[in-house]
Amino acid sequence: MEIAVFLFLSAVAIVSAANILIQRHPIYSALSLILAFVALAGIYLQMHAEFIAVMQIVVYTGAIMVLFVFVIMLLNARAEERIPDRVYVVKYFGIPLALLWVVEVGLVVSNTSSEGITVATKTIGLTSNTQLIGRILYTQYALPFEVTSILLLVAIVGAIVMAKKEL
Amino acid sequence: MIPLSFYLLLSAVLFTIGVFGFLIKRNIITIFMCVEVMLNAVNLSFVAFARYYSLLDGQVFVFFVMAVAAAEAAVGLGIIVALFRNRQTLNIDEINLMKW
Repeated sequence: MEIAVFLFLSAVAIVSAANILIQRHPIYSALSLILAFVALAGIYLQMHAEFIAVMQIVVYTGAIMVLFVFVIMLLNARAEERIPDRVYVVKYFGIPLALLWVVEVGLVVSNTSSEGITVATKTIGLTSNTQLIGRILYTQYALPFEVTSILLLVAIVGAIVMAKKEL
Repeated sequence: MIPLSFYLLLSAVLFTIGVFGFLIKRNIITIFMCVEVMLNAVNLSFVAFARYYSLLDGQVFVFFVMAVAAAEAAVGLGIIVALFRNRQTLNIDEINLMKW
């Protein structure tokens, strides 16, 4: 059952990620990407990473993708047109190369022994995942957490300056 | 229990799709979306290793990656808006001033 759910979610993620490349209009690509993110959130939920799953929905599909869709509609982006005399060498050469690379990684990953990896059979303690992450974030990772807030401040200023009328 | 290799393989496939899209797409917004796919593939690896080593550090790093991705999306889309205002195009074949 567990593996069936995983295979279903990963199939959804891979197909919708591939659909980003197949679609010519960016709005369809964006909607497809949202589906891929939701499928990944399901996989995180299955891995008992509840906090990350919720963050995936709130931050990625909620904030980042809304920004993408907003910009696509603001700029009135059109579908990519096919250029007839262009040689699509990347497609005919790149697809087999990419598949070869994935097969290679698959072989390496499946042949590597997982010794020394202690499998967590149950969630740690009685406290929730979010509570544990909150505790570790404010003790061990307090400095990176504060630096992240400065990064976000810089990003806000940068975004405003970039979108200003006269640069 | 799902083996760790399944998660890593899914992560590798998603990352490859992202790289491939980055190379073949011509619309700058779609290229940006492919970068997000790559970031998500890495996040999946982080969470998978965090689960299998039963450590929470991986999940904390995913949190930081998400914060950086949000900052990157805000600034990147600001750049795209500024670019469109100056060049009236989103096609990267026409934005080639710096191309040798």
